[in-house]
Amino acid sequence: MGQTLLEKVWDRHTVRRLPNGQTQLFIGLHFIHEVTTPQAFDMLRQRGIGVAFPERTYATVDHIVPTVDQQRPFADDLAEAMMSALERNVREHGIRFADLATDRQGIVHVIGPELGLTHPGVTIACGDSHTSTHGAFGAVAFGIGTSQVRDVLASQCLAIDPLKVRRIVIDGALGEGVYAKDVILEIIARLGVKGGVGYAYEYAGAVVEQMAMDERMTMCNMSIEGGARIGYVNPDDTTFDYLSGRPFAPEGESFERAKSWWRSMASDDGANYDDEVVIDGSAIAPRVTWGINPGQSVSVEESIPDPTKMMSSKDAAETSEALEFMGFTAGAPISGTKIDVAFVGSCTNSRLSDIREAARVVRGHKVSSHVKALVVPGSKSVSQAAETEGLDVVFKEAGFEWRGAGCSMCLAMNPDRLIGQEVCASSSNRNFKGRQGSPTGRTLLMSPAMVAAAAINGAVVDVRTLL
Amino acid sequence: MSEIKATSRIDGTAIPVRGNNIDTDRIIPARFLKSITFEGLGDHLFEDDRQSMPNHPFSNPSYAGASILLANENFGSGSSREHAPQALKRWGIDACIGESFSEIFLGNATTIGLPCATASAADIKMLMDAVEQTPATRLSLRIDALLVETAQLSQPVVIPAAIQESFLTGQWDATGLLLDQFDQVRQLAAALPYVKGY
Repeated sequence: MGQTLLEKVWDRHTVRRLPNGQTQLFIGLHFIHEVTTPQAFDMLRQRGIGVAFPERTYATVDHIVPTVDQQRPFADDLAEAMMSALERNVREHGIRFADLATDRQGIVHVIGPELGLTHPGVTIACGDSHTSTHGAFGAVAFGIGTSQVRDVLASQCLAIDPLKVRRIVIDGALGEGVYAKDVILEIIARLGVKGGVGYAYEYAGAVVEQMAMDERMTMCNMSIEGGARIGYVNPDDTTFDYLSGRPFAPEGESFERAKSWWRSMASDDGANYDDEVVIDGSAIAPRVTWGINPGQSVSVEESIPDPTKMMSSKDAAETSEALEFMGFTAGAPISGTKIDVAFVGSCTNSRLSDIREAARVVRGHKVSSHVKALVVPGSKSVSQAAETEGLDVVFKEAGFEWRGAGCSMCLAMNPDRLIGQEVCASSSNRNFKGRQGSPTGRTLLMSPAMVAAAAINGAVVDVRTLL
Repeated sequence: MSEIKATSRIDGTAIPVRGNNIDTDRIIPARFLKSITFEGLGDHLFEDDRQSMPNHPFSNPSYAGASILLANENFGSGSSREHAPQALKRWGIDACIGESFSEIFLGNATTIGLPCATASAADIKMLMDAVEQTPATRLSLRIDALLVETAQLSQPVVIPAAIQESFLTGQWDATGLLLDQFDQVRQLAAALPYVKGY
């Protein structure tokens, strides 16, 4: 009987079965950042424990980084204290660090792959729920909390329960102006925000096979928004071509040997899945969220749902709560919804191809006069690559701000945030109440190209009419 | 090492937080994560929800001193911030009973010694109704017997076997266990292609 990638990676990394029945799982690669780790290092100090495998941890700084003025000390004392704590911890334990002063800094889920640290067949953990991003390479990657960060630092292991696997097959081909972001929003709308609890999502099918790595990362990134802690794509030539030549990828014959091991970790034909879902990719249109969780989205051709027309009282109650918060009218078309802010960025959609697609829409146009628009590249490397192509100029000429790398307006931990009830067209991953920094701020999730289109139009519009 | 503390039951009054998909950004807004400790998080629990909802249970003095949180579906969805269960615990919550919990929240809560049990939607509704009517109602979460009890009711709850075992034996803090047979960890690591070199 064949095995899934998850089963193979799990078996290969199982140290032993713990007395309570959980697996002691070895973690091949541990990413850390400034927000979820200072308490973990303090706990180690209190217990007199060191870091077991410092060479298997890699640090960066992203959440609290200002995207306008990155001079130290930061204007925000709390941000400066977090930055200093991370610097002290990595120095004390000999952990590699993509510091702000280096050209490797960026959002953890952008730099890991682009540096070639993320490999297929590896277990990856990080104190961040969007660690699922790395599954795009066929890694088993998931988010953990601070006490688990402590455990990984102390032992390079976690106590964890195995997961079931749901295979999600996306057949057909995506139309022009339809992206991985639209696919994952469609998946979450269908399966629900808790549909993936207890599962890893394996993404497969013609659409996924055709996707570049950036797109696979976008899709895996938002697995957690569907409740699945892990999402992955089986490694193939697209994966290997991406990794080839990256700073931390193997070279020469070593790369060839790595490739055959990576290939061997892919799910076997005839592997057993706990569940399977098939979606017609050709039928997916650009999507936009209208509510307060990432499952509440419609296609740009559709209208905001009407709770009075819903069969389930649960759906009706959740819809009513969302519409009340958003101040939207049931039955109104989502297209034409006025926006105040446009944000291209976040670990979901801040890679070079995202910025290229947004620039393609923006070129030769101006940002609508009432819209504040910003592009925040996911890493210094993305920023430099985009600047080499002149994309920064395209955005600046259109009236966008071109910022330094960081998490920026995806969450409210740095100076970039919504004010009052502003409506933001955002390429990020969460439209939760208050997520973008104003307790009453409103987020509409969509692809970077759709954000660019909304910025120019001043309101949500089908990007396909502008391409 | 941390103290090993076996827990077979949690007793106390309860606080009902109605609503599905209450995410960690609502439990503890991200601006309060700007700290290098978990101290003081309890003061900011549900800060923005409390501002926008004058009748929020965590603003209601009738529930002061409650130690069991009652929740609906998918409580704790969203980010992996341990700050969410830390804030609950620091406010005084010792256990959660809900229809369902997000996986990362559940893992984090367990790791810091905050047991989470699930119960049917009908049973949660009955418990919430009872507590809203009489906030002084005392509940017992029986981790050993997998029950939630009041003077009038006894209802089944579910706690995954591994988590139940962790609380009953007091070994919810895994660090010690993971370091227990460290030779095995070194051996496994040394055999991995990406550790030894492809």
